[in-house]
Amino acid sequence: MPSLWHTFRHGVHPPDHKELTASVPIRRLPFPAEIVLPLRQHAGKPARPIVREGDRVERGDTVAEADGQFSAPIHASAAGRVAAIEFWPHPEGVHAPAIRIEVERYSPQALRPRIIPEWEGLTREELIAAVRESGVVGLGGAAFPAHIKLSPPPECPIDTLVVNGCECEPYLTTDHRTMVEYPDRVQLGIRIMLSCLGAKRAVVGIERNKPDAIAAITRTLPADLDVSVLDLRVKYPQGAEKLLIQTVLGRQVPSGKLPMHVGVVVQNVASLATIAEVFETGLPLIERIVTVTGRGIRNPGNLIVPVGTKLRDLLDACGGFTSDAREVVFGGPMMGVAQADLDVPITKGTTGVIVLSEDECKTQQSWACIRCGHCLDACPVFLNPQILGSLAKAGRFEEMNAHHLADCMLCGSCTYVCPSNIPLSQLFVAAKAQVRKLKVA
Amino acid sequence: MNPGDFLLSAGILGGVGLGFALLIALAHRRFYVWEDPRLEAVSQMLPGNNCGACGFPGCRGFAEELVTGKTSPATCTVMSADQREEVAELMGVEVGTAALRVARLLCAGGRDEAVRRAEYVGLQTCAAAAAVSAGGRGCTWGCLGLGDCARVCIFDAIWMSDNGLPVVEPELCTACGDCVEACPKDLFILMPAEQNLLVQCRNLLDGEPATDVCRVACNTCRRCEADAPGLITIRDGLAVIDYDRYDLASPAAAARCPTGAIVWLEGRQFPEASIQLEKAAS
Repeated sequence: MPSLWHTFRHGVHPPDHKELTASVPIRRLPFPAEIVLPLRQHAGKPARPIVREGDRVERGDTVAEADGQFSAPIHASAAGRVAAIEFWPHPEGVHAPAIRIEVERYSPQALRPRIIPEWEGLTREELIAAVRESGVVGLGGAAFPAHIKLSPPPECPIDTLVVNGCECEPYLTTDHRTMVEYPDRVQLGIRIMLSCLGAKRAVVGIERNKPDAIAAITRTLPADLDVSVLDLRVKYPQGAEKLLIQTVLGRQVPSGKLPMHVGVVVQNVASLATIAEVFETGLPLIERIVTVTGRGIRNPGNLIVPVGTKLRDLLDACGGFTSDAREVVFGGPMMGVAQADLDVPITKGTTGVIVLSEDECKTQQSWACIRCGHCLDACPVFLNPQILGSLAKAGRFEEMNAHHLADCMLCGSCTYVCPSNIPLSQLFVAAKAQVRKLKVA
Repeated sequence: MNPGDFLLSAGILGGVGLGFALLIALAHRRFYVWEDPRLEAVSQMLPGNNCGACGFPGCRGFAEELVTGKTSPATCTVMSADQREEVAELMGVEVGTAALRVARLLCAGGRDEAVRRAEYVGLQTCAAAAAVSAGGRGCTWGCLGLGDCARVCIFDAIWMSDNGLPVVEPELCTACGDCVEACPKDLFILMPAEQNLLVQCRNLLDGEPATDVCRVACNTCRRCEADAPGLITIRDGLAVIDYDRYDLASPAAAARCPTGAIVWLEGRQFPEASIQLEKAAS
């Protein structure tokens, strides 16, 4: 169903650079010698470790349990011995508690036999519990625990599941390859999710620059369910869940509300494939597909990586840096975070690793604001980044709140279009951190 | 135009003006609020920085509390001793006492001491760098050295040393707490000026991993614990001083520390930065 009218207003069109890895088949990364599992890999409270130093763990064993409802457990992604529970560099740029496991050499790395019940025979509660125990989180980057999306409160009836196959961030091809290579898993994921939510309809939104993914998903559409594919115009940040709802259904999620308040749940295709995998193989979320790309890496590709693999091991498996590699970014180039340490582990929320070369990351001088208003035309949530930026520079955080700083999702569109190269989104990241701190204090 | 029109318009305007004047005069009587005349006088004498060090909302807020006798003139740490005397004289109260506090930095890892893992080329503020892998610092707890604290200090009591650390001038610091709020790493504390013993480190790593990222980090060797039992204990990878038992403190504890994380401060923190001042002066 080609659509001209399905879109959202504002947004930007950065060059997508997906050609580096879009046609590279997914391959499996060999088990590294050591894995590091941070206790915080999801939105919500960090997990609580249940193993001790010296313990032997099998692949798939729970090593940390969910701390409360808004949390997720963590499983060993390889068989081995717990070397330590200690502070370790975290992708967010801090040292955070993590479980370090020495991986057993010459191990078959078999999963401990798990009883995998047929999902069709399970009740809704049992399904949600199985997803929760498998530690599944949203794999699109925010790492929101999946079981919470599966269990909306009764006062918010869900009528539509929106499946996010946009992958609007440049460079990344994780979801793209998932849809091309595992369309059946995505469909099974949709089926399970629909039965949990009691929703009647699912719409898969895929951007038009992925024709092979659209073909694969269309080919596998189930006959007995109301699932449709919508090919969308290519635009950033279409994959942001509130904007995708606007694009696909024409519904607006009010500020401060969640998609469930308008009867919608949005889930990313990779997360759906993982949910399906839980019931297909009994595998908890212990590995994920990561795009390793950029002109600073020798062999870009899409890899199945055990969660907790150190960045160094992953880059080595991709041929290492080229001579002009300059910056390593976790996530996409628009919203990703630059990394300072090659020992940081790949977490559940790491969608991609981009190694930018010298000419891909020119740092440019920043000039004064000329009030051209380009940022206002780019902001997908209709804020005024120009005013917000000058308030941030002046440290007037309360006034920023009055200008709806909380609605800013840090997509970086304003920074992308700014002719004066003002690092607006970085100013907003800092301002949000400061606002949080002042509220706590 | 005949002169009658002119007089009429002047009369009407004058009448309306008079009427409103009367109203205002009546309203002034009716809604008069008595205000302590000392309030205005005291407000005039206060520094007017509105720094908030006293804990009240601005200088006016402090003056109101002062006039009602809920606080003493000494609570304002910005005024000089003479000014405090003057205020006390005007109010007819004792100056009172308040512990003099200064801002101290819980980090000594400057450019020479702390390891850098990567080069940071973004917005040159601490708040921005903190969001990008701690600005490339090996120790993610430590000072980022981009001077957010020096920029917010309205008393110019903080300057950045060549080593990339903020130096607080104890004579100028009023303990207003603006730097405490500004630091994204929460490295500033306000402590009584007469207390000299300080653990200037927030690194929670133990042993070698700690000293690998910073030469002056606390590596939890426990020598301080043995030397001053009860005063210093190791808690969660860091030496912690129990200031309730401060009477046990002596420079010996600082001398025992092999990395220099524990110091005995007299006057300015980071005395080596003083060389820079002398150079600048000459």
